[in-house]
Amino acid sequence: MAEEIHVPAFREYPIIPAIVEGSMAHSKPYVAKPDHQQSVGYPGQLVDDWQNAAVKKLGELVSQSRALQVFLDSCVKCGACTDKCHYYLGTQDPLNMPVARQDLLRAVYRRYYTFAGKYFPKLVGAKDFTEEVRDQWYSYFHQCSQCRRCSVFCPYGIDTAEISMAGRDVLDAIGVGQKYSNEIIGKVHKVGNNLGLPEPALADTLEGLEEDIEDDTGVPVKVPLDVEGAEILLITPSADFFAEPHIDGLIGYAKVFHQAGISWTLSSFASEAANFSMFIGSHDNLKKVAMRIRQAALDLGVKRIVVGECGHAWRVAYSFWNTLIGPFDFLDPKYPAPQHICEVTYDLIQRGALKLDKEANDHRRITFHDSCNVARASRMGNIPGGQFIIPREIIKACANHFFDMAPETIHQNTFCCGGGGGLLTDDLMELRVKGALPRMEALAKVVNEYDVNTLVAICAICKTQFAKVLPYYKFQMDMITSLHQVVGDAIQLGTSH
Amino acid sequence: MTLTVVYAILFYIAAALFTIGVARKIVIYSKTPQPLKIPTTPAPITKAGVVWRMLKEVTVFESLFKSNKWIWIFGWMFHLGLFLVLARHLRFFLEPVPAVITLIQPFGKYAAFAMIAGLIGLWARRFFVDRVRYISSMSDHLMLLLLITIGISGALMTFGGVTLNTDVTSVKAFIMGLIFFDLQPLPDSTFLLIHLALVALLMIVFPISKLLHAPGVFFSPTRNQTDDVREHRHVAGWSAK
Ligand code: HEM
Ligand code: SF4
Ligand code: SF4
Repeated sequence: MAEEIHVPAFREYPIIPAIVEGSMAHSKPYVAKPDHQQSVGYPGQLVDDWQNAAVKKLGELVSQSRALQVFLDSCVKCGACTDKCHYYLGTQDPLNMPVARQDLLRAVYRRYYTFAGKYFPKLVGAKDFTEEVRDQWYSYFHQCSQCRRCSVFCPYGIDTAEISMAGRDVLDAIGVGQKYSNEIIGKVHKVGNNLGLPEPALADTLEGLEEDIEDDTGVPVKVPLDVEGAEILLITPSADFFAEPHIDGLIGYAKVFHQAGISWTLSSFASEAANFSMFIGSHDNLKKVAMRIRQAALDLGVKRIVVGECGHAWRVAYSFWNTLIGPFDFLDPKYPAPQHICEVTYDLIQRGALKLDKEANDHRRITFHDSCNVARASRMGNIPGGQFIIPREIIKACANHFFDMAPETIHQNTFCCGGGGGLLTDDLMELRVKGALPRMEALAKVVNEYDVNTLVAICAICKTQFAKVLPYYKFQMDMITSLHQVVGDAIQLGTSH
Repeated sequence: MTLTVVYAILFYIAAALFTIGVARKIVIYSKTPQPLKIPTTPAPITKAGVVWRMLKEVTVFESLFKSNKWIWIFGWMFHLGLFLVLARHLRFFLEPVPAVITLIQPFGKYAAFAMIAGLIGLWARRFFVDRVRYISSMSDHLMLLLLITIGISGALMTFGGVTLNTDVTSVKAFIMGLIFFDLQPLPDSTFLLIHLALVALLMIVFPISKLLHAPGVFFSPTRNQTDDVREHRHVAGWSAK
């Protein structure tokens, strides 16, 4: 694999690369099979009247969304966003410039729904929804990780993520969905998590994990499942249950709860924080997947819901849950609902409830990757920018060596890992490697300057993506570390709080 | 006199299309629900914070400033120039002329140059920056051509010397005549006729073009929403069902 993909070279200076037309036109994820499509409520294959069906669906979506109305009308083609997308920077394909990506959809919208597009299509660049356009949609709406970096820099806040979500929703509605996302959403509906891990297997895994922790530390830290009446229901990405480096994060959460003496539980019914329905712009699936969590919280009678390390899951939880599955009047009003695991840990640290030994992390020279959906689509704590402060403060409380990457690549300016938005699939490997370029460049700087050897993230997608792409850029794969692994390693179990 | 009648009709039509068109869009923007909260960081957590953020966006183009200094300089020159020029034009519409308007006359006069220079800078980018060239359609070029021509024809009347100077008193009489439905003759000046025809055209295309960014920016959810969804449940449209 490593030979096939041309890994872009680091740029000496932050120059903006020249456009190379069509350079990523071949990039397309596998199309969903009929049963994947049907499991999420879409037609199994391309519908007969796809052209009209797509136009109609697009009209409906726009009429239901002020964001789409404003975004489709307002772009002045100023070009401010053109160099902001990591996929453009990494691939140089002009259709990966945010405005050009939007224009794929805008051209069709204008053609069918605006005066100028109906009567002067050539003048305003309006286009019929032809097979060629449909293919371009499929290709380039699956080259957007919905990271919202473009939205930060657009004078009107035009958010290409909203456009690519709508585009994917239209494609789904005419029967050409993406296999990766739709298959996964189907699994959640059926089994409760992205992995399709059923209750007995999950129980087994967690038991094994408890044994591992006890072997390691000599302390019987629990990882409880389906415990009624627990104080906290933890909703975490299912990657945390089995893969490195995710699982070490889960161990970290368990240690935090253990030392703080908080009772908590996972749920086998809602064993997934991820909600890929957002990626495909599907409202029904978004709500249906989220509803499992409300149900689990009610069934288990918990007082708080806490969300584990996952970027888009935190966006859905923070920004959408109260809307979709609220109100949370059955939870303890003393705590925000939902709460991020970092908020919990940070509060405990502030209150002195965790005994931390920074020296346990002395072998780590740490930098922190702000995950897009946490950085630009949600928040933590009670002040603006809390999502940047809290994770860093946690790291600093648990480790002695912390170094931020360049300011234009962190906080609200953060660069996507390259694998977000439903693109974390092997059939998009080339895109993932190239899209990681800006982040890898920023990482290389702190590696060279400060000997950084640990890249901490709080997102399951980022962690998986980095584990895969770091080697392409000649970094150690195990640089990528869960934030709560750093916490877990610093916690002095056995010593009482 | 025929010319006067033709221009009078043109302006009535243009004004009607502009007003109805923009009002219609504003109604659509305000009536269309925004079902989910999607403010983009740095999102204010209070309403006052939103007002402050919006104020910065529309006066100093804050996001654009973060984004690209060249576009910002040219864009801001153009819009500030346009703003002053428009303010200066109020003297044609108001009787008596308010003191502030009289006060800004000298600045407004030179603002035309800032406006034209800004527009030329923006247009140059459409040719010389490969990314911007790629995203420009014919209408983007024509829009700049239209505005530049309006600007130049206007500036020529002000700065073109005695030969081109227009009888502003008669222009005012014509405009006031339009407002009070009491038609007055339009002075016969080539540049004035060009200027006015193009302004009418601008008003007509406004509601069907990207000029909708002016009302649009105020309705953009990523910019006008408060980041308080954990504290205040937000529902609208499909999310309210
Ligand atoms: C609320 C008022 C307005 C705001 C906040 C605003 C803001 C902006 C911004 C930030 C840009 C992008 C930068 C640039 O290219 O200049 C822009 C572009 C533009 N604006 Fe405005 N604008 C407003 C009103 C207007 C009006 C009234 C007009 C014309 C009658 C206008 C005409 C244009 C044009 C033609 C462009 C595109 C320039 C190009 O082709 O590069 N704007 N505006
Ligand atoms: S920054 Fe915004 S207005 Fe400018 S080209 Fe990009 S999307 Fe359009
Ligand atoms: S949302 Fe992110 S990936 Fe999508 S166009 Fe904008 S910058 Fe690129």
